[in-house]
Amino acid sequence: MLLGYEAIDLARFQFAFTVAFHIIFPSFSIGLASYLAVLEALDLKTGNPVYRRLFDYWKKIFAVAFGMGVVSGLVMSYQFGTNWSVFSDRAGPIVGPLMGYEVLSAFFLEAGFLGVMLFGRDKVGPGLHFFATLMVAAGTLFSAFWILSVNSWMQTPAGYALNEAGQYVPADWWAVVFNPSFPYRLVHMVLAAYLTTAFVVGAVGAWHLLRDRRDRAAQVMFSMAMWMALIVSPLQIVAGDQHGLNTLAHQPEKIAAMEGHYETRSGAPLVLFGIPDDENARIDHVIEIPHLGSLILTHSWDGEVKGLKAWPAEDRPPAEIVFWSFRVMVAVGFAMLAIGLWSGLGRLRGWLHEAPWLHRAAVAMGPSGFVAVLAGWITTEVGRQPWVIHGLLRTADAASPLDAPAVEASLIAFIVVYFAVFGAGTFYILRLMNKRPEGGESADGGAGEGPIRTGGVAQALSLDAGRATTAK
Amino acid sequence: MPFDLAFIWAGLIAFAVLAYILLDGFDLGVGILFPFVRGEQHRSLMMNSVAPVWDGNETWLVLGGGGLFAVFPLAYAVVMPALYAPIIAMLLGLVFRGVAFEFRWRTTRGKWLWDLSFAAGSTVAAFAQGVALGALVQGIPVAGRAYAGGWWDWLTPFSLMTGAALVVGYALLGATWLVMKTEGHVAERCRRYARSTGLATLALIAAASLATPFLNEVYLTRWFAWPSVIFSLAVPALVALCAWLLFDGLRKGRDTQPFLAAQAIFTLCYVGIGISFYPYIVPPSLTIWEAAAPDDSLSFLLVGAAVLVPLILGYTAFAYWVFRGKVDPEKGYH
Ligand code: HDD
Ligand code: HEM
Ligand code: HEM
Repeated sequence: MLLGYEAIDLARFQFAFTVAFHIIFPSFSIGLASYLAVLEALDLKTGNPVYRRLFDYWKKIFAVAFGMGVVSGLVMSYQFGTNWSVFSDRAGPIVGPLMGYEVLSAFFLEAGFLGVMLFGRDKVGPGLHFFATLMVAAGTLFSAFWILSVNSWMQTPAGYALNEAGQYVPADWWAVVFNPSFPYRLVHMVLAAYLTTAFVVGAVGAWHLLRDRRDRAAQVMFSMAMWMALIVSPLQIVAGDQHGLNTLAHQPEKIAAMEGHYETRSGAPLVLFGIPDDENARIDHVIEIPHLGSLILTHSWDGEVKGLKAWPAEDRPPAEIVFWSFRVMVAVGFAMLAIGLWSGLGRLRGWLHEAPWLHRAAVAMGPSGFVAVLAGWITTEVGRQPWVIHGLLRTADAASPLDAPAVEASLIAFIVVYFAVFGAGTFYILRLMNKRPEGGESADGGAGEGPIRTGGVAQALSLDAGRATTAK
Repeated sequence: MPFDLAFIWAGLIAFAVLAYILLDGFDLGVGILFPFVRGEQHRSLMMNSVAPVWDGNETWLVLGGGGLFAVFPLAYAVVMPALYAPIIAMLLGLVFRGVAFEFRWRTTRGKWLWDLSFAAGSTVAAFAQGVALGALVQGIPVAGRAYAGGWWDWLTPFSLMTGAALVVGYALLGATWLVMKTEGHVAERCRRYARSTGLATLALIAAASLATPFLNEVYLTRWFAWPSVIFSLAVPALVALCAWLLFDGLRKGRDTQPFLAAQAIFTLCYVGIGISFYPYIVPPSLTIWEAAAPDDSLSFLLVGAAVLVPLILGYTAFAYWVFRGKVDPEKGYH
């Protein structure tokens, strides 16, 4: 054995690795599909060529990202069986049908209309084309709905019974689908996807504004993205707070780990920083704000907050991971809010498109959504440990009867292939983003690759001629 | 045969897998044939003939796997570990070929790399599917509620043969698809390839059919028992008829007939395998009823399937209709 781990740990690592790669693409394509639908709607409504240009620009990027989402997702749908066969047998009667609905209502819808959306513009009319774009966007949202229902059921199982074969079987489908953490998780994840996309779009807009602040298409995308940042970041913080309170009700040990609380206390502090030490069940070098922990979690000055020691050691999630991942997510959330407010100020004062430092900050924040999404998921999933279905089935009991070398070989293969293939894809996406969206803007309708300057807003609005040259 | 929810679902899953084989079969076949056609414009043409539909085709595989998970969770839990290596190989192959559809247009210097990834990924995926099928036909041992064999059990001469058969068979589907969808050099080439892969496919089908009844006692009795003996006699006769239609269509330069004939051959073989399997879902260990999820799960998903599957078939047909006719080489999609 090369790595010297048990099959179960390899299987866990393989699942975490492949799902972490997968989630990157949907986080972007859920948001981007909706953005494309908005752009096409604006194009149809206003006829302003800048929207069509943006649509065609982001469409190419979407196609590359979506392709990677599809192939990495395909891997996921078989991983449950290959690596977690006991889980599949025992939870299949509940989570299986939910995923079945995802395939039937989401994946086919996306895939069926994707071809028309990408390649069918001149084969179907504008109305049908817009319809195809809408269906792709709806498909991505349906997909999030069902898979998050699955995941939430694993976090907060409800509506189930146990049969003689040891399987969890449905007793009340409504309770299964709309289990206690599902609404929170759905809202928080969809907002996360929109924010992720907004920050990518904003970064690309800012990047081109830094080169040419009069690039109309860049202005439009930057402005749209900053509206999202301003409006959605605060919503996301509220949603996250609510999500956390809900988790406190159903998975208090996860919250204790996130907050770095080992001792049960009334009037608990809010730990800003510290070094959690699971082995000795203590946290060192803390910087904390007295009573704030209780205030946030229980809405009372002296409320009691349970610490990890309230659970037997074998039932505690690893605070050493979730303490940090949670802080990364929250930090990113506030950084997003800061950018949103900064841009709001710029908008009020009229320098939104002439603020190089704002633009630089927006470029730097481009990947921030992905960081927050990954950190958030690590918090959620690692915080559920040692359970795969919270309170019902332990991760250690859920794995397939596989030999370590089998899992090891596949794990290494996934790591090599994913970094190579998705690395190349990311490179191509960055290269597409580096291209100017401006194409065909110049008065003579020439290709906009070079540094062609145009007269900004008014000219772009009157440039209907540009439309004919960019429409392919 | 009891006509209940488990039976209906077995039929639906069987349908999904067949739809997968018939649809993704030809686009994997296009990938398998890729190295045999040279010239950038020809390869673009080949790829563009499937670019708008490949994702939808592959989704049937997700339905096959996901559906198995949903309605026959025990079968899913047993088969996936048993076929671990071929499944992983298939998934990795599909990763390589799936991304090639977009990546290939995003680079000029690296294009050869994604052409290779498209061809090799398609071939590996097809081969792994064939191996998995062969291993399933051989039988999978089960103890309690888990797979009870080793992780190399799938590897036998028989499964290697079925692997090769599927590669050649998909190449046949791909070749006849290209005969239908293209003109000129590619179509000419593929007419030839359809002939050679057609002969090879028939030979491999014959070999696999002769071997199957001797792998397992059950298959032998099933094929020669009443009333399935009617099928046992009818299936080979129909395959022979379709083979004639295939070669006849190729000889006469027909566009669609070879494709339909090849699809019919695949369907018939699939029916043949179905006869061998029934009532098992994991031969020789689990029947459909032993592996089925409780009725509450089956009926819950069936309601959705009853509404959504017809819709899916409708808009899938629409997508094919939008891109009907010969691919226009002047109109690069990208
Ligand atoms: C752009 C992404 C993003 C941002 C800015 C935030 N989150 Fe988040 N968070 C997610 C993206 C995310 C996520 C990826 O969507 C998670 C993982 C699983 C889930 O349900 O949502 C998540 C999980 C998650 C959880 C775990 C819930 C559980 O496991 O039961 C909590 C408590 C929070 N978030 C709270 C917050 C707070 C208080 C934020 C304020 C700054 C915040 N999140 C910002
Ligand atoms: C919504 C769909 C998801 C489902 C159904 C799901 C389910 C699972 C399952 C079955 C496991 C393996 C058992 C275990 O180790 O707990 C797991 C582990 C894990 N998942 Fe998820 N997961 C989902 C999304 C994600 C995402 C998007 C991430 C992104 C980072 C993620 C991160 C992890 C990690 C880090 C582990 C390993 C935890 C550990 O073993 O310590 N999961 N999840
Ligand atoms: C373990 C959990 C997961 C599994 C088994 C899974 C499975 C899949 C599969 C099979 C596909 C390809 C569909 C196709 O062929 O078109 C896919 C794509 C997709 N998945 Fe996942 N997925 C998981 C986690 C997630 C999560 C957590 C989300 C988001 C909240 C998500 C959202 C999507 C979306 C939007 C797509 C469309 C493709 C794309 O946007 O790139 N999935 N997934």
